[in-house]
Amino acid sequence: MAYISKRNLRKEKEKQTAANNRRELIAAGFKRRDLLKMGLLTSAGMLIPKKGLSARPLNTRGSFDDDEPNSPGTTPFQDLMPRLTVLQQVPLASLNPQPTQQPQPQFGEARTVAHQAFVDFPPQRYYEMSEQAGTALMAPQGELPPQTIWGFNGITPGPLIVERYGVLGHPQDGSILLRLRNNLPADNGGFGLPSVTEHLHNGHTPLESDGFPCFFMERGQFYDHHYPNVYAGVKSTHQAQGGDIKEALHTLWYHDHRIDHTAENTYKGLAGAYILFNEFDTGNENTGFKLPSFGDGQNPLTSFDIYMVFNDKVFDSVTGLLKFDLFNTDGILGDKFLVNGKIQPVLHVSPRRYRFRWLNTGPSRFYQHFLLGPNNSTKSFWQISTDGNLLERPVQVNSARISVAERVDVIVDFTNDAGKTFYIENRLEQQDGRGPTGNVLGAGQGTKILKIMVDGPPVTDNSVNPALIPPGTYFYGFPTTTDQERITRTFRFERGNGQWQVNGQLVGPCSAPPRFAIKRNTVEKWIFQNNSGGWQHPIHMHFEEFQTLTLNGNPPSSTGLITRGRKDVLRLEHNMEAKVFFRFRDFVGRFPIHCHNVVHEDHAMMVLGVIDDVGDNKTQP
Amino acid sequence: MTDLKRRSLVATLAATPFAVPLLTRAQSLDPPSKFKQVSSRERIRQRYFPNLVLTDHDGRKLKFYDDLVKDKIVIFNMFYAQCEGICSPITRNLVNFQKLLGDRVGKDIFMYSFTLKPKEDAVAAMKHYAHMHKVKPGWLFLTGSVDDMETVRRKLGFVDPDPEVDKDKSNHIGVLKYGNEPLERWGGCPGMSSPEWIAEMLSWVDWPRNSTTTKETSAKAKANGGGK
Repeated sequence: MAYISKRNLRKEKEKQTAANNRRELIAAGFKRRDLLKMGLLTSAGMLIPKKGLSARPLNTRGSFDDDEPNSPGTTPFQDLMPRLTVLQQVPLASLNPQPTQQPQPQFGEARTVAHQAFVDFPPQRYYEMSEQAGTALMAPQGELPPQTIWGFNGITPGPLIVERYGVLGHPQDGSILLRLRNNLPADNGGFGLPSVTEHLHNGHTPLESDGFPCFFMERGQFYDHHYPNVYAGVKSTHQAQGGDIKEALHTLWYHDHRIDHTAENTYKGLAGAYILFNEFDTGNENTGFKLPSFGDGQNPLTSFDIYMVFNDKVFDSVTGLLKFDLFNTDGILGDKFLVNGKIQPVLHVSPRRYRFRWLNTGPSRFYQHFLLGPNNSTKSFWQISTDGNLLERPVQVNSARISVAERVDVIVDFTNDAGKTFYIENRLEQQDGRGPTGNVLGAGQGTKILKIMVDGPPVTDNSVNPALIPPGTYFYGFPTTTDQERITRTFRFERGNGQWQVNGQLVGPCSAPPRFAIKRNTVEKWIFQNNSGGWQHPIHMHFEEFQTLTLNGNPPSSTGLITRGRKDVLRLEHNMEAKVFFRFRDFVGRFPIHCHNVVHEDHAMMVLGVIDDVGDNKTQP
Repeated sequence: MTDLKRRSLVATLAATPFAVPLLTRAQSLDPPSKFKQVSSRERIRQRYFPNLVLTDHDGRKLKFYDDLVKDKIVIFNMFYAQCEGICSPITRNLVNFQKLLGDRVGKDIFMYSFTLKPKEDAVAAMKHYAHMHKVKPGWLFLTGSVDDMETVRRKLGFVDPDPEVDKDKSNHIGVLKYGNEPLERWGGCPGMSSPEWIAEMLSWVDWPRNSTTTKETSAKAKANGGGK
């Protein structure tokens, strides 16, 4: 692993210097055979072995042309972990032009489809964000130059959107409208396409607002996204109740979804977080499920519900600037690990319970997070959700695995830990874009990503203690999966001649008819197969979530409560076959299903379908 | 870069069987600032486009960056003339794609097919392949030394992380890489994507509309002798 302990700092420095040496040697006119003669280069390798920056394999022929040194060294655990900035509402009057149900191309709106739920759920609150370039310091002062990023409102991660469902029976009260403007520069500074579409990941969102990969807006344009924030079933199976509360979503995120260019655009910063409260998951630890309070999201004495956005990046050893491997089709691994935009930061907490919301924005790495305590101890915690969804009850675990786009909410109880220090440690070994090796490293052998110091003042804790929750369902419970399916479809994720494929086919073009059609308000069962030998794929379906029926033929109950959770990303591991249950309700329109290793996604591992009122009978779309 | 003399470097190297003692030397030569201000375009050139001399199917010697990539919109793929499997359908697909783009190919857009088997694919074999598929000007088949072609393949990411899979040449055939060099916009897609779809993807990296860049750049490309 490439984290920087003191021991590794030296190694890191050696690598970097060796790379500088190589450049000098090349400049001085040396050929590989000269170096060989001088014994500086073995026939099998080079001066300093390469360690995983990207998924590019070692050059077995010993050429040093490919070799890029690791990122410059940075000092871990200096910067404070930032809390995400909460996005503020804007008055309707400030939106010019005023939002309308019909698209407004005459004013530069990129949307082409009318809002389908604008009348049923008229927006109650308004937001506006600009996608634009910004400057970010990702390492302690002076260690890396200021980075030019692309972000929502010019920051990365983007602002945290904090919203609420309407109380049951009043679904329209949750409805909001978000106007996005594309103010990105034409000059991309080396990577990034200034043409964007924003996906609210996990949202039960009318599809013209969902961020379909082909519904992009160009520079200077805007796009109105209507988010009704309603529970699935609101216009179908649970109309009378105002939606099915068992379909509640709480931890979501938003990100660019530009077809073929999502990896570089999200890597450059176009991703942010979104949370939804309701009358049960209230954000207040004195009410409802009594989960740790959100407060204002900033004040450490009142805000105990903390969103953590994890990603890994590489920095150019010459310029110190963010580097993106332009020609990689396999997956990109970073050697710098960021939380909320800072490399290996520090978080100070008080001795009490916290809710952490963990999100992995990729591009390609899978994590398995442990809490490393004093003397290489491992502290257990309570997992309460899978992706946006609460489980039936908190489950005590030692770790949580998070592939790209997955989310896990956890409760960590620091009540008896005053004065102690912990680390969020990723112990999942991964050497290239194919996915983790399956090897879970020992305590203290992984990558320490976040330092957590329990040195804050004692504060009152009225949150529920998961250890004292009586047996049975504590949160909502899961919806049933016994409804008769209209059709069972199979999606095989594979690789042929270096191309990513689904069922032997490639994505696109945008103008092509949908590959398959789902009939609105029906149940489907899907089989996901991974035949791509050695690769793992986080498979994501837009708009609706699934419940797992079988994994490699076994019911998920045999592998514990967590695999039964509702999800919108399926970690399709080596040679895995998963059968899942979907209900497609309420809204219609275009959607993708795709691998969320964003590098695979950008290279055609995607199917573009439609939900309509007819459907089709393609069993292998 | 330093102006280190070859002789003094040899002396340093000869005295040191390992790289570590070199470190001190290199560090002392570093500029005071830890990082260099190099444009992103220049870094992309340094990282991906070594200025190797390649030979096209008309026998012309062309420099990879200076003659083939600089100031142009380019499309890269890999091939070899005797390829039985997926090469032919992809080449046919690209022939249709070339027709679709019309006279822009050879003006500001250039297509380059790099051989995976430089020992077999001499100029004559490539010329025959180009004629057989009726490719038009602006699309070059390129060969070079075994080492150089391997470098190009790896630089452009036509690789598989599994060394065994990587040995099978057919695994490098399926993908196209494309981009606009001065605009620093790059992408990749399957070679069997429909010609219309490839053209649409290419349009996303095209010159900004109503810009004079196209004319200027194509003029510059011609002046630079960019393959016709």
